[in-house]
Amino acid sequence: MRDEVIRRGRGAVGALVLAGLVVAPWVVDDYTAAILARTLALALVGVSVALLTGVAGMPTLGQTAPYAAGAYACAVLGSQISDVGVVQLAVAAVAGAVLAALTVPLVVPARGVIVLMITLAIGELVVTVLGRWRSVTGGTDGLAGIAPVRPFWGLPVLATDQARYLYTLIVVATLVGAVLLLLRTRAGLLLRAGRDDETRLRASGHRVPLQLSGAHVAAGAIAGAAGSLLVVAQQYISPADFGFDTSALLLLGVVIGGTASVGGALVGAALVIAVRDWLFGVLPGHAPLVLGALFVATVYLLPTGVNRARGRLRPPSAPASQPDPPPARDHATVPELRA
Amino acid sequence: MVVAAGTNRIDPYLIPALDGVAYGLLVFVAASGLVFCFGVANILNLAHGLLYAIGGYTAAALLDGGWPSLALALAVGVLAAAAAGVLLAGLLTPVAAGNHLTQALLTFGVALAGGSLLVAGFGPDDPQVQVPAALDGSVVVAGHRYAAYRLVFIVVAAVIAAALYLMVRRTRAGMLVRAAVDDAEMVACLGVSPARIRAGVLAAAGALAGAAGVLGAPIIGPGTDTADTVLLLSLVVVVLGGLGSMAGTLLAALAIGEIQTLGVALLPSAAPFLLFAAMAVVLAVRARGLATRWGAT
Repeated sequence: MRDEVIRRGRGAVGALVLAGLVVAPWVVDDYTAAILARTLALALVGVSVALLTGVAGMPTLGQTAPYAAGAYACAVLGSQISDVGVVQLAVAAVAGAVLAALTVPLVVPARGVIVLMITLAIGELVVTVLGRWRSVTGGTDGLAGIAPVRPFWGLPVLATDQARYLYTLIVVATLVGAVLLLLRTRAGLLLRAGRDDETRLRASGHRVPLQLSGAHVAAGAIAGAAGSLLVVAQQYISPADFGFDTSALLLLGVVIGGTASVGGALVGAALVIAVRDWLFGVLPGHAPLVLGALFVATVYLLPTGVNRARGRLRPPSAPASQPDPPPARDHATVPELRA
Repeated sequence: MVVAAGTNRIDPYLIPALDGVAYGLLVFVAASGLVFCFGVANILNLAHGLLYAIGGYTAAALLDGGWPSLALALAVGVLAAAAAGVLLAGLLTPVAAGNHLTQALLTFGVALAGGSLLVAGFGPDDPQVQVPAALDGSVVVAGHRYAAYRLVFIVVAAVIAAALYLMVRRTRAGMLVRAAVDDAEMVACLGVSPARIRAGVLAAAGALAGAAGVLGAPIIGPGTDTADTVLLLSLVVVVLGGLGSMAGTLLAALAIGEIQTLGVALLPSAAPFLLFAAMAVVLAVRARGLATRWGAT
């Protein structure tokens, strides 16, 4: 009964948010519409982070790497091939998927905190490459003056911030819908099962590394597509868009949103990015300080983040001397994500 | 004359190679702190670059060209960075052990706030670092002029590395560290508080990063992106060298030093990709060894 109410309530809130997002460009000014479009692109990267972190059990700090690959592929290659948004989207998604596939041997054999570290190294290395490969990426100055796109063959060019925002919204909604549908299939179930008990799934004959590789490549494609949306929304990209702080903000958003929930990741990532943009607007000098303090405060407020929450959840009948569950690295799985 | 002719072919690369050793040893001292954090306390400390930056800014603020100022900067930098490490351990105490996501986010928040405080305190421009006047000149190495400070730095960093090795192999604290890497629960059963180990390890990591920051300030100087650079290099060292041995860490650090200097001199066009290539090569050589070895430690 209560579950039913919660489910309906969630559906209603979702519909309300979607309606709000659709009418937003007519309510807010151009600048806010542009910021909203960029936030939507980042929220889509957040969805790919949730897919890996929560659903597949591979906590990642490196989804900015396929995001950057998608954005630069779209800006450098896509704009030469065609000015049709869908084509550029496909180019960007392929670029993100290829980068993710290349890093599969690095990421997939690892588990838990080691994945965090390796993905962080990959993300940072990609940013370094973007900053140094001047002949293609324009170095730290970035690429400006990217030609506007038309969403589909025969449609007019996206000339206004409203149009660009609506295009971003439609693409994000479509892709998120596809991800949600995919997660309801057998593949999604197997991915969750691999996260919860990898040994058992292996024992029953499933090839968990293959599943994880598939999830990694799919998440890379989603992040790559988000990169194409960033190019459309901003018409300018530089390595600063893909820095380490962006990865950490997205991970924070995903953790706030509940790690395994795609909708939660969207909302959480959008919220965190919005707070950052707002802070940098009102406190130009001290924004990182406040943002850092907010990080620490959020971690303490998270229900799964702090010891006392675990004490509260433990059944009262359990003896006080009961040892804590062994730490994550003794197992191949990531038990902390189940908490 | 004959000798000079014989060395001509390697001559242009001698100085970058020497630079690579200095750079690699610096990265080793900085990265060994991260290896301790990660291997012993099982914490991915994203604020590690901040600890280095604290040392770097201390050096820039205190060094005035004399020897006493260097000693003072070293003492202050090491203490400040170690204190920051202990503060970090205190902040991490309430966070559920083994919850790596929240630990990483917490340390990232500290890195962000701490970096902002450093910029607020020392200004947004990259400060100049004054090395002691006696080391400010250059010496002649095999017919080339080379910065005296770097040469002395190579010796000092080698001494630090040797001392670190002896401490980990021979002292009781080192034994505890190695035992905690192998089986943290058993160490806890022996009556050593995990919270104390965590505080000790983070303090040691801070001291190492702080020392690297002060001594390495003329090589990787303090600035707004220092923390990021050092964190990235340290992470790559951990990925390349694993957590199994200090020799692995040292080899990985030296390799990165040579890649960043000699590699750039030899293959300027491929320079941006060299670190990636190194990771791929190590992976190919060790195949699945990387993950299994980590799982075992």
